[in-house]
Amino acid sequence: MQSSSHASSAGRSRRASRRSPLADWLDRQAPYVFVLPTVLVILGFSIFPLVASAYLSLTRFAISEGGYELTFVGLRNYVRLFTGSQQFHFTGVFRPPGLISLAVMAAAALVTVWWLARYLRGARRSAMGALGRAIAAAAFLALVWLGASTTGNGGALGSLMVTLFYVVVGVALQFALGLGLAYLCTLPLGGGRFFRLLFFLPLMVTPVGIAYMFRMMADTSVGPLAPLWSLVGLGQIQWAADPWLARTVVVIGDTWQWVPFMFLVLLAALEGVSRDQVEAAQLDGASNWRIFRDVTWPSIAPVAASAVLIRLIEAFKIVDLPNVLTNGGPGIATESMTLHAFIEWRTLNLGGASAVAYMLFFVSTIACVSFFQLVVRRARGHA
Amino acid sequence: MTLLKRWFVRTRIDEMPPGARIAAYALLGLWSLVVLFPLYWMAITSFKLPVDVSAGPAYLPFVDFRPSLDAWRYIFVDLGPDTFRPYLNSLIVATCGTAAAVFFGSMAAYALARIEYRPPVAAVGLGVLMLAALVAAAGWGGVDPRIAAAACVALFFLLLRPVVRRSRRHLGNDDILFWIVSQRILPPVVTVIPIYLTFRSVGLLDTHLALVITYATANVPVVVWLMFDFFDGVPKEIEESAQIDGATRFAILFGIVFPLVAPGLVATSLLVLILSWNEYLFALFLTTANAQTLPLLVAAQNATRGPQWWNMSVLILIMILPVMLLTLTLQRFIVKGILVGAVKG
Repeated sequence: MQSSSHASSAGRSRRASRRSPLADWLDRQAPYVFVLPTVLVILGFSIFPLVASAYLSLTRFAISEGGYELTFVGLRNYVRLFTGSQQFHFTGVFRPPGLISLAVMAAAALVTVWWLARYLRGARRSAMGALGRAIAAAAFLALVWLGASTTGNGGALGSLMVTLFYVVVGVALQFALGLGLAYLCTLPLGGGRFFRLLFFLPLMVTPVGIAYMFRMMADTSVGPLAPLWSLVGLGQIQWAADPWLARTVVVIGDTWQWVPFMFLVLLAALEGVSRDQVEAAQLDGASNWRIFRDVTWPSIAPVAASAVLIRLIEAFKIVDLPNVLTNGGPGIATESMTLHAFIEWRTLNLGGASAVAYMLFFVSTIACVSFFQLVVRRARGHA
Repeated sequence: MTLLKRWFVRTRIDEMPPGARIAAYALLGLWSLVVLFPLYWMAITSFKLPVDVSAGPAYLPFVDFRPSLDAWRYIFVDLGPDTFRPYLNSLIVATCGTAAAVFFGSMAAYALARIEYRPPVAAVGLGVLMLAALVAAAGWGGVDPRIAAAACVALFFLLLRPVVRRSRRHLGNDDILFWIVSQRILPPVVTVIPIYLTFRSVGLLDTHLALVITYATANVPVVVWLMFDFFDGVPKEIEESAQIDGATRFAILFGIVFPLVAPGLVATSLLVLILSWNEYLFALFLTTANAQTLPLLVAAQNATRGPQWWNMSVLILIMILPVMLLTLTLQRFIVKGILVGAVKG
């Protein structure tokens, strides 16, 4: 690394001669001293583990005298996840394709082909852009196929699809609710400050606490909503025994916690929208919906896209809610990929755990990079 | 029709028609209920006796049930040290981890905002090559990892000068910043298993130090990301005049610039503190008993004797109350921290 200072070097050396040589030497090394701790810590506890994890995922782990032994097994841990003994756990249980799933797959394929063709015929195409879009399209199609062939009767979702369910449904809900609440708070009403503070609270509650809170809330016999459930005849329902109900409760807990984040960010963005433009549109007699679509939305889109990206990155890491709220059950129905990796790790199958973790790394990186390249950059106006 | 119009159609720009106003308040009130009710329910559950809970829902203290301090006594007196030790652990780990992350992270952020770095591409490439060689030698080649690591480090420094002298292409500050911030995309579960093995082999499992190091690593990207903007907003002239007066870079940073970005430091520290206080995954992998943190204690309540809602509620309350108090007193700063990150993107 080389560095250059902003001040005139002549002035510096003249004054510096008054200082002790040690202080002088230290000052010259400052550019390194400032950055090195951070760089070293990241190299040591982020980059090195990342590489080591890749290697671990290709080995079988065994405790031996005075330590452990790693046996290289190639891609066996990954094969196990996709076609072997862990297939039900990771990719899910497949079922023969029904009419609906075939239709969904065909529709997804058509849309993807149309989207790729439009890009390739457009003026702005480049080799890198095409490659990135091909990867995104392939991942998308693979996941649609996986989702279509593991949901429904006879199928069961694995931790990959469950994680995606949490991410997609959770982030979409949080965005919609956060935007709606932020919009309400920009209306000329009294008490805006009060609502702001109140809506902010769930962000501060520890996720483990939220998990228990929602277990209490969702209890159909002694929970606060019990009279309501028995009134509509659902008093005996065991949501914890139904895969989709259990997943829904997890998503509700996650949404309760993260709506405030979207709310805060989108509120700040909405408050930054030019008052003049909105008032001009109102004087022209435009409807509220038109104003939102043509004036407000374009100006908050960059911030909204960034907020969704931040949430996407964090949402893929979900573990505490499903672990505490449902223990990953019924069976494995609510297990996220991080929880899946933890369970493999607990049985000392470190190779398998690393393989699951690496799959999460691939999926979340592809999703987040695609979202950044395809949505965030476009929203910011330099697609 | 005219009535409907009067109620729902806007007459003046900055005033809402009464119908729309009521609808808006109803929606806001509904969400307030959604936010508050679970918290309220937990608060009253902590004052219930087991019999009050199992008899079905009781909503109002003094009306539906007689509040009792039994659960609080159980957690604070009967469990006593078993509660306080994780509490103290959480406090130590969160504050030390936050202090380390904020200290090192903001130094790096300052440097990236002020000093121009031009690491040659070749040096970075050499580093990656050596890392790959290390893994290959230790993994496939069966070389002792310590010897392989020493050899690779030595080779790196030996080759650094000749390689750098020949290379012309450089990376910039933006690349370094992106590299640091992008660490946040990494799911923690990918790195935690090798970290577990590393700490296991040096005997640091289940210690505060292990958690402090991992929390600092996990949060340094957040600090760099947020603080970079705060430092970038400080005018350079102040520092330049101090530099001409002979102040060292350290004196400038700690004596002049840090006080100027104090609000940003508070915002960042609070955010990181809350993240560390609530952290679950690293603690789950790296601690068992001695260094167990509060989220693990809360999560473990499940396993013992079925869900004891009253005790859990107390534990969760004492875990979130400090954060809530902090939030309410310093909410201005916390909101600022969240916004700087997201709005800039």
